[in-house]
Amino acid sequence: MKVTTEAQLAEAIRDAQGPLSITGGGTRPVGRSFGTPLEIAIAGISLYEPGALTMVAGAGTPLAEIEAALAAEGQRLPFEPALWGPVLGAAGASTIGGVVAANVSGPRRIQAGACRDSLIGVRFVDGRGDAIKSGGRVMKNVTGYDLARLLAGSWGTLGALSEVAFKLLPAAPAQATVVLDLPAGAAPTALAAALASPYDVSGAGWLPGTGAIVRLEGLAASVRYRAAQVRMLLERFGPARIEEDGSAALWQALRDVTPFVGRDGDLWRLSVKPGDAPGIIARLGCEVVLDWGGGLIWALMPEGTDARAQASPYTGHASLMRGAAEGAVFQPEPAPVAALSAGLRAQFDPRGILNPGRMS
Amino acid sequence: MEMPDPKAAILARKPEIVARLRDVLPADAVIDDPAETRAYECDALSAYRCQPLAVVLPRSTAEVAAALSLLHEMGVPVVPRGAGTSLAGGSMPQADSVVLGLARMNAVLETDYTNRLIRVQAGRTNLSVTGAVESDGWFYAPDPSSQLACAISGNIAMNSGGAHCLKYGVTTNNLLGVTLVTMAGEVIEIGGTGSLDAPGLDLLGLVCGSEGQLGVVTEATLKILPKPEGARPVLIGFSANEIAGACVADIIRAGILPVAIEFMDRPCIRATEAFCGAGYPDCAALLIVECEGSPAEIDEQIGLIREIAARHDPVEFREAQSPEEAARIWLGRKSAFGAMGQLGDYMCLDGTIPVSELPHVLRGIEALSAQYGLEVANVFHAGDGNMHPLILYDANAPGQQAQCEALGAEILKLCVAVGGCLTGEHGVGIEKRDLMEVQFGPADLEAQMRVKDVFDPKWLLNPAKVFPLASSAARRAGDGGASL
Repeated sequence: MKVTTEAQLAEAIRDAQGPLSITGGGTRPVGRSFGTPLEIAIAGISLYEPGALTMVAGAGTPLAEIEAALAAEGQRLPFEPALWGPVLGAAGASTIGGVVAANVSGPRRIQAGACRDSLIGVRFVDGRGDAIKSGGRVMKNVTGYDLARLLAGSWGTLGALSEVAFKLLPAAPAQATVVLDLPAGAAPTALAAALASPYDVSGAGWLPGTGAIVRLEGLAASVRYRAAQVRMLLERFGPARIEEDGSAALWQALRDVTPFVGRDGDLWRLSVKPGDAPGIIARLGCEVVLDWGGGLIWALMPEGTDARAQASPYTGHASLMRGAAEGAVFQPEPAPVAALSAGLRAQFDPRGILNPGRMS
Repeated sequence: MEMPDPKAAILARKPEIVARLRDVLPADAVIDDPAETRAYECDALSAYRCQPLAVVLPRSTAEVAAALSLLHEMGVPVVPRGAGTSLAGGSMPQADSVVLGLARMNAVLETDYTNRLIRVQAGRTNLSVTGAVESDGWFYAPDPSSQLACAISGNIAMNSGGAHCLKYGVTTNNLLGVTLVTMAGEVIEIGGTGSLDAPGLDLLGLVCGSEGQLGVVTEATLKILPKPEGARPVLIGFSANEIAGACVADIIRAGILPVAIEFMDRPCIRATEAFCGAGYPDCAALLIVECEGSPAEIDEQIGLIREIAARHDPVEFREAQSPEEAARIWLGRKSAFGAMGQLGDYMCLDGTIPVSELPHVLRGIEALSAQYGLEVANVFHAGDGNMHPLILYDANAPGQQAQCEALGAEILKLCVAVGGCLTGEHGVGIEKRDLMEVQFGPADLEAQMRVKDVFDPKWLLNPAKVFPLASSAARRAGDGGASL
C-alpha cells in the first residue's frame, strides 16, 4: 500500500486490521519488520524560505531532492544526513521522513546537532488514525510539549510522519581537513584536544587507511587560519597534514561508513562517551570507523558476535545495524524508562499496529 | 487569569500534610507560616499571586523523591519552582498546592572537559554554570536575559533560549541527560551521561519544555563549549522598522551566521537611553549584530555585514573598537527590560514569527497598539524571529490590565496567523494557556495531554498550566482529592 496524502495515510491507519510496516525509501532496514507494508510517498517541498532559513516538506520527499533545492540557494541541512543504503545493502532512495524517523545524523552533529536538533515541526498520524501536529515552521517554539523531538528516532512506532519542518544553515563556502596519522585507539584523545579548541571544529573522526580527521568549515581565509592552528595543536600526537581538495570526499566516506560497504560480518553502531572509546575499541578488537570525536563507533565484527558483551563496560548504547547476531537489535532501555516508553506507545498506538517491535 | 477552585478537602488537611512532610524532610525544609510562604506567591508574572499551602526546599534528589511520594499518596498538587523568574506564570502556585523549590540544590557534581560536559544540581543558576568552567576557557551556551537569576531546572522546564541561540541553539540542543523524579517519587535517569544519545525513544526531548508537568528535574548533564577566540558587536541604526527587518533577512540570506542579531525599536531605544545612557542613536530601529572568531575572522564577517547594511542606507554603523565599546553596545540591550520597568508596568510577549514576516508583523503591532491606546515597545531576537513586544500599561488604572491582556492576545494571534507561534522561549504557563486553541486543534492538544497521562496519571504536577482549563478539566478532576 502506498499513500500520497495525509488523508490517505490517516484512512489507511484507521482501516488497518493488523500490524503495518511503515516505510519511506526503504534504505534503513534496521530492526524487525512485519505486517502490511505501508509506503509513505507524501512528496514535495511545500515551503522554502531561504531568508528565514526554514523549509517544510512532505515526509516522502526524496532526501536528494531536498538537498538539491537547498544547494541551489547556498544552504543545507545542518546535521549532514547519512545515506546508509549502500552499507546496509539496501537499494532505494532515502526520504526525509525516514531520516527523521531514524534520527540520522552525520559528522556535523558535534557542532550543529543531530537531526532532532534541526527539526522544528512535524505532522503525523497516530495509531488511532488522527492527524496531529507539533511545533511549526519557526526556529524557536516552546508552545506545548515537544512531540517533534519525541517522533524523531521513534522509527515509526508512535506515529507515521506526513510532514517535517527544519531550520537550515548557510552552506560553508570552504572546508579543509587536518589529517593525523594515528591508530584508531589513539584517535579519541587527539580529537578531544581539537574539540576543546576555540576553532569551531565541524567534524572529528577516524577512517581506516587515512587516520584521525578534523574538519574546519566557513569563509575561505578563516578556514585556512583555523586549519593551520589545529594542525599545530595536534602535531604533538603524530604527523599532521592539511587536506583541502580531498576534504569533502573524506567526510562523505565517514558519513556513509563507506569502508564497510560490501564487507562480510555484522555491523554494529555504538553511541558512547568519547573518553571511553579507546578502551571500548581495544575490547572490541575489530575494524572500526569513528565519528563524533569517538562518541560514535561503527564496528565490523565476526558474524554472531555480541558487541555489547564484548564492549562492556560502557556508557551509552549499541545497535545491530546489519547481521546475524542474536538478541535485541536496539539496546533495551533501563526498566523505568522502558515503562514510560511502553506507556507512550500505548497512548499513541493503542492497537499496537505501527511498526510493532521495530525498536526491540 | 482564571485558576481552578482549590479543593476544600486538601485545604482542610493542611496541618496533617505539613506534619507528614516534616516526618520525611528536615525541619528547615518545610515552610508553612504564611508570612514566609508569601515569598513564593508569584513568579516574574507578578500580576498574579496566590499563596500556596506550603513550600518545601529539599537539598537532594532523595528528599525530592520523599516529598513527591508522600504528596502523591495524599493527592496534593505540586508546583515545581526553580528561581521563580518565569514570565509566563510557570511556577505560580495554586492555593491547594505545595511549592517544591530547588534553590538549595545548586552544586556542581562533575566537570569533564574530555567529554565536554558538566553535571549540576538543577537549582543552580544559568550564569553560575558558565561560572564554574569559564576560568578553564569553557561556557554553557543558552543565555536567557534572566541568566543571573534563573535556574537550570526552569531553563529545562521552559526550554529557554537567549540572545546567542541563533548559533548555539536553545536548552534542548545543549542538554545531554537529566535525573527526573516522577510525581510518584520514582527516580529515573533520562538521556545520556556522556554519550550524545540514549537507547529508545527521545524522552529527554520530551521532558525538556514540558513546563514541570512530567516530573521534577533534580540534576542535569549539560554540554559545554570552548570559548571562541573573541567576539565583537556592531550597532546599525535605521530610519524605519521595516528597513531593519529587511536588513536582517539579507544578512541571513548572504550566508553569514552571526551569533546574535538583536532588534530594538524607537520606544525601546528612548527608554533605555533615559535609563542607562548607552549612547544609542535616536533612530527608528537598531540592530546589534555580534560576530565571533579570531580578530581577522571577525573583520571579514563585519566587512560583509557593513556591505549589506550599506544597501539599506543606515543612519549609523558603529563597530566596537575595544571591549569597553562592545560593552556599551550591549549595555542598552541588556538593560532594556529594566528600563521599560522604569516607565511603568509592562507585559512581555514572546511570539515567534518567520523572519520574512518581520516588517508585516511590526506594522500590525503598531496598528493594534493605536487601536487599544497602549504603547508597545519592541526588543527581540531578530535572527530567529523571536519577538518580545512589551506592552506598557498602568496596573492601577481600572481596566488597563484587561486591555493590555486583550492587546497581547491579539498580537499573539497575529504571530500565529503569519505562521508563527505563541511562545518562542518563555513557555505557556498560565499566561498563554487559554490561547493554545489558536495554535492547536483538539487532536493536537489531546496528544500532548496523553503524554502527561503517562508520566503523571493523577495530574498532580503543575496541573493548571499549559492546557486550556476547560480541555484539562476532566483529567484534573480525577481522583486528585479523592484519596484523602
